[in-house]
Amino acid sequence: MYLSIILLPLLSSLLCGFLGRFLGKEGASIIAPFNIFVCAILSWIVFFEVGLSGSCCFLTVAPWIYSESLYISWGFLFDSITCIMLIIITNISFLVHLYTTSYMEADPHKPRFLAYLNLFTFFMLILVSADNFVQMFVGWEGVGLVSYLLISFWFTRLNANQSAIKALIVNRVGDFGLCIAMFLIYYNFKSLEYEVIFTLTPFRAFENIYFCGIEVDILTIISICLFIGAVGKSAQLGLHTWLPDAMEGPTPVSALIHAATMVTAGVFLLVRCSPLIEYAPLALTIISIIGGSTAILAASIGGFQYDLKKVIAFSTTSQLGYMIFACGLSKYNVSMFHLANHAFFKALLFLSAGSVIHSLADEQDMRRMGGLVQLLPFTYSAMLIGSLSLTGFPFLTGFYSKDFILELAAIIRYSISSSLQASFTYWLGCLSVFFTAFYSFRLLFLTFLNKTNISRPLIYGVHEAPLKMLIPLIVLIFGSIFLGYLAKDLFIGAGTDFWQASLFVYPTRVLIIEPEELAVSYKFLPFFLSLSGIVFAVITNKIMPLLSLKLQVTSLGRTLTFFVNKKWFWDKLNNDLIVYPLSRFGYFIGLITIDRGLIEFLGPYGISRLLSQWARNIIRLQTGQLVHYILFMVICLFILVNLNILHDIHNQIFDSKLISLFFCIYVYLAL
Amino acid sequence: MINFISYTSLIIILFLIGLQGILFNMKNILLMVMSIELMLLAINFNWVFFAFYFDDIVGQIFAILVLTVAAAESAIGLALLVVYYRIRGTISVELLNLMQG
Repeated sequence: MYLSIILLPLLSSLLCGFLGRFLGKEGASIIAPFNIFVCAILSWIVFFEVGLSGSCCFLTVAPWIYSESLYISWGFLFDSITCIMLIIITNISFLVHLYTTSYMEADPHKPRFLAYLNLFTFFMLILVSADNFVQMFVGWEGVGLVSYLLISFWFTRLNANQSAIKALIVNRVGDFGLCIAMFLIYYNFKSLEYEVIFTLTPFRAFENIYFCGIEVDILTIISICLFIGAVGKSAQLGLHTWLPDAMEGPTPVSALIHAATMVTAGVFLLVRCSPLIEYAPLALTIISIIGGSTAILAASIGGFQYDLKKVIAFSTTSQLGYMIFACGLSKYNVSMFHLANHAFFKALLFLSAGSVIHSLADEQDMRRMGGLVQLLPFTYSAMLIGSLSLTGFPFLTGFYSKDFILELAAIIRYSISSSLQASFTYWLGCLSVFFTAFYSFRLLFLTFLNKTNISRPLIYGVHEAPLKMLIPLIVLIFGSIFLGYLAKDLFIGAGTDFWQASLFVYPTRVLIIEPEELAVSYKFLPFFLSLSGIVFAVITNKIMPLLSLKLQVTSLGRTLTFFVNKKWFWDKLNNDLIVYPLSRFGYFIGLITIDRGLIEFLGPYGISRLLSQWARNIIRLQTGQLVHYILFMVICLFILVNLNILHDIHNQIFDSKLISLFFCIYVYLAL
Repeated sequence: MINFISYTSLIIILFLIGLQGILFNMKNILLMVMSIELMLLAINFNWVFFAFYFDDIVGQIFAILVLTVAAAESAIGLALLVVYYRIRGTISVELLNLMQG
């Protein structure tokens, strides 16, 4: 049962991929969702066995790499974290599959698409269920690969290909960090299996090694390298630029990969490695600061985007920032809780956005939408519930996880162990609540509530999505409303024993009862901030749209809006400071100067040129004049005759002889 | 008594005069042939002098041999020269430059 969860998606992926032309669209759209559905059922059973009944499951299938002290096996570990991830992955994936069968109805390459989606599910399952780093890395790279394949699914589009390459390469930067982390782990622990590493971690805490010639704490450097991996995959500050561009793929892809599952792999990595990271306070500080910065940066950018999907993509980046910074505050269970909740309401948002886009004949620009509330009432209510859940509206799913993260941050800020980075992340988190509410409702206004900007021919075609697209939305609506309430005690309830040994929090950083003692004003602050965000969105869109327009066209307002709309020029900075200089370096230094220049000059090209030059010089000696020939003959005769004498003389000064001989030859040939 | 240095100097000077006659002559092949004869004469003189100096007959035999060879060579050389003149109408060395590399 445990293995069939992993292998069924692979099986159906191979079926849809290799036999797609025989199965046809209909066959593929039966096989692929059905397999994932079975997986989903099985993963609920796993959840019951592992999560609720508390029996972890280790499966060692086969040895893989077996050399001296390096022993890596194909092993599967099902513990609390894994079973939660299994629930998220298989259920969201099933809903997205179901949605896809209808959404991609007109696409000629539907079997291929379903094969990719299945393959993605397989790799994601490998990632979360691995019991060692190398097998986890298989899944890690696999989801990156499938992300590439899916973003460039419409491979005839230039943008899609560019975005896919960007996603793959930016991810690879993070993967490099993860690789280094794995090397360091093997170097220090002589093993790559989770249980060995995490058991040994306390014994290696606060020891130093030399890394790149600098003496550093072992666990700190490992944690930072792991975090670099997470930064790439979870689109944190610095490497976040790939996620918004990944919206070039079809909408179900965005929903499955770039909202619910793949981007959470980074968070999963941090949560999985919690026993290691907990011993590295400096790394935790860095993680929380980067996470908080990502939250505010992405949230502020999201408020000024005009592409429907990009707004939601930036919202994803922002929420991932929340998760990461919850990890940085050592609240891994809260991070996992937010991850699970976010998967549901973000999938809901994306699928609703897909429904809107679908009914508007692939129009994604929010400025050409509006007034859809009468035409698409169901999609509107789905989007509204998703947005309210996202903004952390009380008693919806987002409220239980997101506000709890902020409460914890507030607790840490006002506790005796308060530090600058705690208040930094706290205020960043609070501010991004405001922005989150603002962009969510701005999206709702621009798409559904404002006066319409849709062209007349499109209006007639607007229709609510077919049933197969509505069912996933309905399920996700229920998830977005009730999941947080239902699962709160399981994930973050005081004294919950659900996590067992899969999470570790350093005893001085455990906070169980303190959040309940927080002052009411701090508990209410996020709610008021999100409410003010909503009010701000109402003001700028409904009450005084002209005033906000006037503010925007002042020179300061225009500069500011432009600055934020262009993603704080982060892409431009990346391009100007890193990408373009590197590619110029590669072209001018690497290719032109060294490969095609120096090596060719010293190698074949230069030598052949030199030889022909010398040959031409020697040929020029033969003038055709009889007298010259005789002169050379006489000179050569003299040299030959005198060679013996010269030899005797130059035996004592051999070097100068050789040098003078070469010099004479050179001067002669260079004539 | 015979002065060794003055005899050998005379031989070398004769030979060098012949050589320079070849090298610095750009006008006339006939002069070249004559210079070669001069060089051969210097060599012959050399043979004869050393035959006398070492009191050995072999040098004189060689001198006679070289005389015949020189005679044959100059005969062939003059014949070639005549043929060449018949074809080109000139015996200038400067214009002998068809065979350049």
